[in-house]
Amino acid sequence: MNAPGKLVQSPEAFLAALFDESILIKTGVDGLYGRAGVFEEVIDGFEAAVTKMAVGDQATRIHFPPGMPRKNLEKAGYLKSFPQLAGCVHSFMGDNADHAKLVGLIERGEDWTEMQDATEVALTPAACYPLYPTVAAAGPVPEGGRLFDLKSYCFRHEPSKDPARMQLFRMREFVRIGTADEVTSFRATWLERGEKLIASLGLPCVIDVANDPFFGRTGRVMASSQRDQGLKFELLIPVASDENPTACLSFNYHQNHFGSLWGMHFAGGEVAHSACVGFGLERTALALFRHHGTKVDAWPADVRRVLSG
Amino acid sequence: MRDRVRTIVGSMNLLPVPVGGLSDQDNLFDAGMTSFGSVQLMLAVEEEFDIEFPNSLLTRRTFATLGGLISAVEQLASQKV
Repeated sequence: MNAPGKLVQSPEAFLAALFDESILIKTGVDGLYGRAGVFEEVIDGFEAAVTKMAVGDQATRIHFPPGMPRKNLEKAGYLKSFPQLAGCVHSFMGDNADHAKLVGLIERGEDWTEMQDATEVALTPAACYPLYPTVAAAGPVPEGGRLFDLKSYCFRHEPSKDPARMQLFRMREFVRIGTADEVTSFRATWLERGEKLIASLGLPCVIDVANDPFFGRTGRVMASSQRDQGLKFELLIPVASDENPTACLSFNYHQNHFGSLWGMHFAGGEVAHSACVGFGLERTALALFRHHGTKVDAWPADVRRVLSG
Repeated sequence: MRDRVRTIVGSMNLLPVPVGGLSDQDNLFDAGMTSFGSVQLMLAVEEEFDIEFPNSLLTRRTFATLGGLISAVEQLASQKV
């Protein structure tokens, strides 16, 4: 068994150790990995612990696929803020002559991607993006608001040798839609719960104010706004680096941004506010392997108890 | 310069209230400007005055009041000469 300390000489060394131990499986593309059964079992255990913590909240559970309508990603402003992360699905839509050209390009080892056109599908960048239009379409938000329990594979184009920065990863998310007081109180509750949960897994963590990775110069203003208003907090755990700990949970208050954008209103016409707590499932599993080693059977009994429900 | 900045803000429909009703010290975000609005304002001001805000000024505070924005523009325009 690799001692935990040896795993984190660098993000690259941690990734290599995870490959060597067959916990992650190489595909040839950075950030795109297979997961071993043991890795999935850790994620299942962590998710069960999250579910246990939320029992009694009576959240409505919805799983959207990892693709969403491209027009909704555009309307959400994702391309304004994060064009560098977005992924859009493309497909061949040509005729027989185009097909012959496509095959010829591939056979000659030339670039064939121009033979594809954008489909109506974009890859989901965060589990909650497909939710808001469906809530708006369901009519007025009821008194007391709504609570959703979501999970989705998500895509962000940021290839990296840091195993905690995958291009395709799973996000579990609770989304609260309601008044400003209701959604900020939800976020405060999860800030406490999140810290407690991570501590119960024997992991060190800090909570800090944060900003999303907005693109470019305009993004600096957006990031400054987000920080100044305390709209985003992250729970950080040292995973692939001690100096730059990884955001494993995030706690976001959207104010009435999505409410106005998608038309989520109460019966009286007031715009609904929203907040979410997101759990990076792979990142949290990696944190557990990093701190407790690659042999799950040898993890502290308390940790294994939490993960076994 | 003050009038030109005010004209830009007024012409961009960034606020639900007339810009003429706001003092240089009133907070534009409190008056209804969104974060995206502040980014649009930044780009419009840069184009109008042919300036570029340095990273140190790419903050919410720079765009929070007309007075603050006007000061920043004056400072950058004077450095240009």
